[in-house]
Amino acid sequence: MSETWIILGATSSMARAFARAVSRNGAQVLLAGRDMKDLEASASDCSLQGAEIAEAVRFDARDANTFAPIVQRATALEGMINVAVFVGSMPTQDQIDADPSFIAGTVTDNYAGPATFLQVIAPAIEERGGGTVVGVGSVAGDRGRIGNYVYGSAKAGFHTYLSGLRNRLTRSGGHVVTVKPGFVDTAMTWGIEGMFLVASPDKIATDILNAVDKRKDVIYTPGFWRLIMGIIKAIPERVFKKLSV
Amino acid sequence: MIWNTLTYTGWGRVHRATAQVARPERTTSLAAVQAETGAPAFGMCRSYGDSCLNDGGHAIDMTRMDRLLGFDAETGVLEVEAGARIGDIARRFAPDGWLPAVMPGTGFATIGGCIAHDVHGKNHHGAGSFGQHVVEITLMNGGKLQKVSSSKNVKLFRATIGGMGQTGTIVSAKIKLLTCKGDIITVTERRIENLDHFLEALDNSQSTYTVGWIDATATGEALGRGILEEAETGYGLVPDAKRSKPVPFNAPKWALSNPVVRLFNAAYFRRVPELGRTSVKPITEFFFPLDKLLEWNRLYGKRGFHQFQCVVPVSEAGVLRAMLDKIGNAGLASPLAVLKRMGSGRAGLMSFPMEGYTLAIDFPNRADAEPLIAELEDITEKAGGRVYLAKDATLNPVHLVKMYPEVAKFAKLVSEIDPDGMYETDQTRRLNIRSHA
Repeated sequence: MSETWIILGATSSMARAFARAVSRNGAQVLLAGRDMKDLEASASDCSLQGAEIAEAVRFDARDANTFAPIVQRATALEGMINVAVFVGSMPTQDQIDADPSFIAGTVTDNYAGPATFLQVIAPAIEERGGGTVVGVGSVAGDRGRIGNYVYGSAKAGFHTYLSGLRNRLTRSGGHVVTVKPGFVDTAMTWGIEGMFLVASPDKIATDILNAVDKRKDVIYTPGFWRLIMGIIKAIPERVFKKLSV
Repeated sequence: MIWNTLTYTGWGRVHRATAQVARPERTTSLAAVQAETGAPAFGMCRSYGDSCLNDGGHAIDMTRMDRLLGFDAETGVLEVEAGARIGDIARRFAPDGWLPAVMPGTGFATIGGCIAHDVHGKNHHGAGSFGQHVVEITLMNGGKLQKVSSSKNVKLFRATIGGMGQTGTIVSAKIKLLTCKGDIITVTERRIENLDHFLEALDNSQSTYTVGWIDATATGEALGRGILEEAETGYGLVPDAKRSKPVPFNAPKWALSNPVVRLFNAAYFRRVPELGRTSVKPITEFFFPLDKLLEWNRLYGKRGFHQFQCVVPVSEAGVLRAMLDKIGNAGLASPLAVLKRMGSGRAGLMSFPMEGYTLAIDFPNRADAEPLIAELEDITEKAGGRVYLAKDATLNPVHLVKMYPEVAKFAKLVSEIDPDGMYETDQTRRLNIRSHA
């Protein structure tokens, strides 16, 4: 049976890897993002990897006018509607300290934009009586740290939103997977110092697909990050506030 | 960030480079990189020597631009980004009856690398070189895209094939796939007792794919003994290729010491029954036998290894005996050496292939390796042959003109495109290629 995957932020390397993986399963994919020329190239790739339909569609987290056409296109296709949210941005904490107006954009890209989109499409997912939403958050959302707390707080907001959406979609047979990746080898992290245990986008995509199949609620990927974050979360605030981890 | 300071090596791990490396994921980000500086591109770094290195400079890692852009099932022409790996393409298309016309010995090689070294495969005697099946190449210079083909910008097309990245960044290419029967292959293996028999068997082989494994530790009567593999694609069901396993650490020195290698080679030779055998396997196991062992270069320990590969004209086949003699007596040989018959097919000014026999052999990077390779290079030059630059880390630049007679033409064109030498690599500097302009 055919199913549709809407992939938000489809130009990112994690999204590309995931789009390829669902294409190999014969899905219909809508690749959503801003660089249309690049998305067209990815759509060709997805088709040749086995996608039944692969199309590039315009999506801008900061422009809600781009949302409705995507929902329309998805509802015109048969089968379950799934959404994978890879969209996000990560200005450095230094940039934000210098210009706090970066906060609005960070919150929109990582939380408000995708949440608005999901809110718009949720009734269509419910109507088909199933469907999965994959929300890519971050381990940075588990605790506010001096080096990255604006980005982290936007992701934390997104995590909480996903938890609520899961609560809602469960009632109609749908499902939500919250994905918390650790360090991933992407263009966003290229050349940043202090990265360790870096995972490839393909590894993340494989983990996500497994989580979708097994209807997991919250995953850390690679899995050892659950342990690392368990420790970080367990540190009492009175100690944590003096650390720079 | 655009640039990341990385230390990296070629597959042989003898030379290393520390460079500012960019890794664009889209055409626009590649243009942004080039707006900052011109730099040589590299892919999976499967070339053995220093052709992918630019120590102290900049370099562009193309592995993230690896998408399939289009396929015409009428003509078999595939358009693909330069960072795509040839093995992935084979796995994707073989079940549909198409294979890259030419595949090198590792599936990890990228399309960009296959073009830049005009690679050959086990079917060179019939199908020619990789570049002969390239329909069109899209290059980027200074952020601008340019298409070159055998009918458009022909000079640049011929300089780009085998051109070691010196004509600009290869962004994507259209390559012609050939039909195959399916994704399995029937391989016939038989023992060959010595070099004369080997050359004769290679000359007489009627198979599409032919390759000879030589026991380079054998001397005297058995000099040049080995196993001839001949293969044809087919269809049917065989168990899936086994999952690749990594070599977890650098092997100690003794692992490839002479007595161990002798024992290994003798066992490998006897692995095939006296009367030969025929087996059916997934294509990847035949085309990319060593890919099963990820990072097998670690078997040579942390000092790394050299691979010497030459081709000599048919009339000079005698020098192969002299070479194998030297190699056998030097006690430096690695487990497996490869002997193949080459046709005349080549597509670029700096392409390696010529009609003749090609010999490839690994040497652990010990003190006596480079002097031995230098002797082999001398023999090759005197025989009118050439050394393969995709493997090379040692060639004396004085040999270059005789081995690559079109180097002046190449250097002239390259100097026009890149007057400041921004695309130079450790190899082009070592070989002094631009000095021929």
